[in-house]
Amino acid sequence: MTTVTPSPTRAPVTDLPARFRDLLAAEWIKLWSLRSTRWTLPLVYLFVVGVSVHASLADYRNYPRYPDGTRELFHLYGPVRDAFPEAGYLLLMLAAASVGALTLVGEYQSGLIRATFAAVPARRSVVAAKAAVLTAVMIVLGLATAATSFWVSQAILSGRDAGWSIGEPGVARAVLGSALLVPVCALIGMGLGAVIRHAAGAVVAATSVLVLLPLMVDSDKHRWIAELRHVLPVPAWQRLIEVHPDVLNPDPFPATVTGAWLTFAGWSLACTVVALFATHRRDP
Amino acid sequence: MGQVIELHALTKRYGPATAVDDLTLTVRPGHVTGFLGPNGAGKSTTLRMILGLTRPTSGTVTVAGVRFADRPRGLRHAGALLDAGDVHGGRSAVAHLTALARGNGIGRARVDEVLREVGLGGVARRRIAGFSLGMRQRLGIAAALLGDPPVLLFDEPFNGLDPEGVRWVRDLFRRLAGEGRTVFVSSHLMSEMENCADRLVVIGRGRLIADQSLAEFAARGTGTSVAVRTPDAAALTAVLAAEGGTARPDDAGGLLVTGLTAERIGDLALAHRIPLHQLATRTASLEEAFMELTADSVEYTGGTTR
Repeated sequence: MTTVTPSPTRAPVTDLPARFRDLLAAEWIKLWSLRSTRWTLPLVYLFVVGVSVHASLADYRNYPRYPDGTRELFHLYGPVRDAFPEAGYLLLMLAAASVGALTLVGEYQSGLIRATFAAVPARRSVVAAKAAVLTAVMIVLGLATAATSFWVSQAILSGRDAGWSIGEPGVARAVLGSALLVPVCALIGMGLGAVIRHAAGAVVAATSVLVLLPLMVDSDKHRWIAELRHVLPVPAWQRLIEVHPDVLNPDPFPATVTGAWLTFAGWSLACTVVALFATHRRDP
Repeated sequence: MGQVIELHALTKRYGPATAVDDLTLTVRPGHVTGFLGPNGAGKSTTLRMILGLTRPTSGTVTVAGVRFADRPRGLRHAGALLDAGDVHGGRSAVAHLTALARGNGIGRARVDEVLREVGLGGVARRRIAGFSLGMRQRLGIAAALLGDPPVLLFDEPFNGLDPEGVRWVRDLFRRLAGEGRTVFVSSHLMSEMENCADRLVVIGRGRLIADQSLAEFAARGTGTSVAVRTPDAAALTAVLAAEGGTARPDDAGGLLVTGLTAERIGDLALAHRIPLHQLATRTASLEEAFMELTADSVEYTGGTTR
């Protein structure tokens, strides 16, 4: 066994500045180098728009047979329900939450997170970059989906003179609310993923927060339960797309539009902070 | 250049279990330092603490004088292969490395360079899910080399490699150390370290057992002996005993002599006209020294029949 003598010629390591945009680029590469992302996002977009088209076409076909009372109600509520039908948007929410959860859980479950944090020991910067890339991609997905489903559905309904234009009061808000619901759900998924670190667990938790919790806190009797409901993300979205208040079943404790926007902001912020904190504190 | 890894009273407890126990140690540049210990000895936990992935319960560990967790970016300071499985199977080799490199401001050209260096240039665009363990080890080594770091850590890098791969990795480690880098390689098999490491750190149950050069370590063993074959074993045994040697019959029908060198035995046999059919010096294997040393600290032993 020969002993190797250290060579004195090696140049000292030059440290480049740690730029946040390098981390953004790295997370961008990670997100799009997975087949699941490249397939899931376009398919979700097509499905959600498809559901909206289907709902609008059904109303378009049936409209001539609607009695006058039904037509009146349709003019109040129909166009927005055809633009943002619950079936399509539930899938959109859960898909966004799953993608959000997987940005972190995918790394924890594969063990990649160790390679990631050894390469970038500043864990909070990694998570911040993940959140930023996720939010940007989800805003684009949300805007594309909400804008397409709105314009296509209203174009179909305009054949019966029942379509709305984006300029009517409250309509732009409904479109924007539906678009921003997508990044909110994605960040909720990421926050839960950071805490649970398990794909199935995180998706179940996200489903519970988004779908089950609103069903559990539904009350016409108690103000505090109603208030609790108002600060949940999906009821907040439902308030944002409510262009005309429900005249048949008036809500005794109506939510405010400002409150709904604040709910969106609060959940996004809280879940990002939870993800930053949980990842920093708990070792992979 | 002083890119040393320094562990001081490093301890990690998981509840009542102590994984690493008061480990004080300096790993120096210019050497391949083998990090040996039985399964569960605390090797991987130690490596993770060096990289700031696991927080120590007490004690400190620095790389080039800095706590690794305090570095904003790591690849230019230390490269590591912790577990070949620490990848997302859905990505291609090139996407995996590009993401790691990009976060550290390392360009795409370097990714192609390390992929060629580890022999994965031809499968760069294939999904990692289809890689064999040996290919994943090579990919992990490529990731460790990305930042051209002065410190390199490898956890069980020989697992799953074919003989050609083992030789390639040994040569690579020796070359990296020859370039003045600090190379710290864990293994639970002494044989893997024999032709590769200059220094050995041995731990058992999280405690330091040995920290010395390979030669010093080998001297700890039962020492050298000489295997001798002769048609007149009784006469030779008597002659050797008179000169202070001890000859015991070995399993193969020859003698195993300790206390005398092969040259001396040959001369004595000639002087007494005893024919010799074989005369060979046997160095006690490092494996034996390692087994002796860690016998008391093996965490998981197989059931023995008594």
